[in-house]
Amino acid sequence: MKSLLILFVLGTMSFTIGNGYEIGDKATDFKLKNVDGKMVSLSDLKDAKGFIVTFTCNHCPYAVMYEDRLIELHNKYAPMGYPVVAINPNDPIAKPADSYEEMIVRANEKEFPFVYLFDDGQHVYPQYGATKTPHVFLLDENMIVKYIGAIDDSPRDASLVQERYLENAIKALQEGKDPSPATTKAIGCSIKTS
Amino acid sequence: MKFITTILFIIFNISYLSSQSWNRSDVKIYRSFDSLEKDYFYIENDTTYVINFWATWCGPCVKELPYFEDLSERYDDKPVKVILVSLDFEKQIDKRLIPFLNKKEIKSEVVLLLDPKESTWIDKVDSEWSGAIPITLLKSKNKSEFHEKVFHSKEELELLIETFIK
Repeated sequence: MKSLLILFVLGTMSFTIGNGYEIGDKATDFKLKNVDGKMVSLSDLKDAKGFIVTFTCNHCPYAVMYEDRLIELHNKYAPMGYPVVAINPNDPIAKPADSYEEMIVRANEKEFPFVYLFDDGQHVYPQYGATKTPHVFLLDENMIVKYIGAIDDSPRDASLVQERYLENAIKALQEGKDPSPATTKAIGCSIKTS
Repeated sequence: MKFITTILFIIFNISYLSSQSWNRSDVKIYRSFDSLEKDYFYIENDTTYVINFWATWCGPCVKELPYFEDLSERYDDKPVKVILVSLDFEKQIDKRLIPFLNKKEIKSEVVLLLDPKESTWIDKVDSEWSGAIPITLLKSKNKSEFHEKVFHSKEELELLIETFIK
């Protein structure tokens, strides 16, 4: 009976984990190690009016294509209260290029102005329901999920961008509105587990 | 001197022909998903299409790619056609995609999808698709299956196709 109960609980857990957040859900805070060695939680980011939580990594070409665009977004919107919070969800055993040490190297090379956190043990990305890199979750100041998806409509060629989904979503939050579209999709690298 | 040049020319050509079976012109480029859809998603004959979305930069995709080769030869009585839809970057066609196809001696049909409007066409492929690759579609005249997963053996893929064809 006890084992049945455990099975039941496990079953329910994996079901919840598999689903991840939907628009309107409240995100839970986390405590993850930044490339500067300090532990960071969303609640540490004072005066934030929202959070651009972005699951990204070193190795994925789609993620690399967005590095410069993420830097620009952070430089533009962090002063307005919307910082980029980058999280690497990959298991370095499966992808050595995405180890914590390599994250530090890449963050220095690109001089990331935003925090670049390591989801050590891979506990955070399943809560969010991130499936790939890059994958953005825009939260408001109460940590309610307001937008999920892509940064813009042209991942492979920044010069062809016509719609800036994420930027439009931030602007909507600034105006007290709900982003539309609230969800978009883009190609990405699956999150690596071992 | 002329003789040596001729010999060198012949040797160069032989080695060139034997190693370079793929050229840029062998990979059809689709700039809109709709035209790719028109060509491969509406099947009017008895062929089962196995459509795999992949890229040379995607580790799991590259790993499972060999399982898709020779599939068509395995079902002689029931025609199966493999289409490998590459999501590589346009700038890397000559540097990366074509050399990869030659190195791996890929025999399946390869097309390149460059439609930038991913948020639109990903849902058209399947609304369940998150956007992570690889994915595999099985399509015939009257049914369609979508699999967002990595195949870990040729047998695993073949079992899926056999069940689909039945």
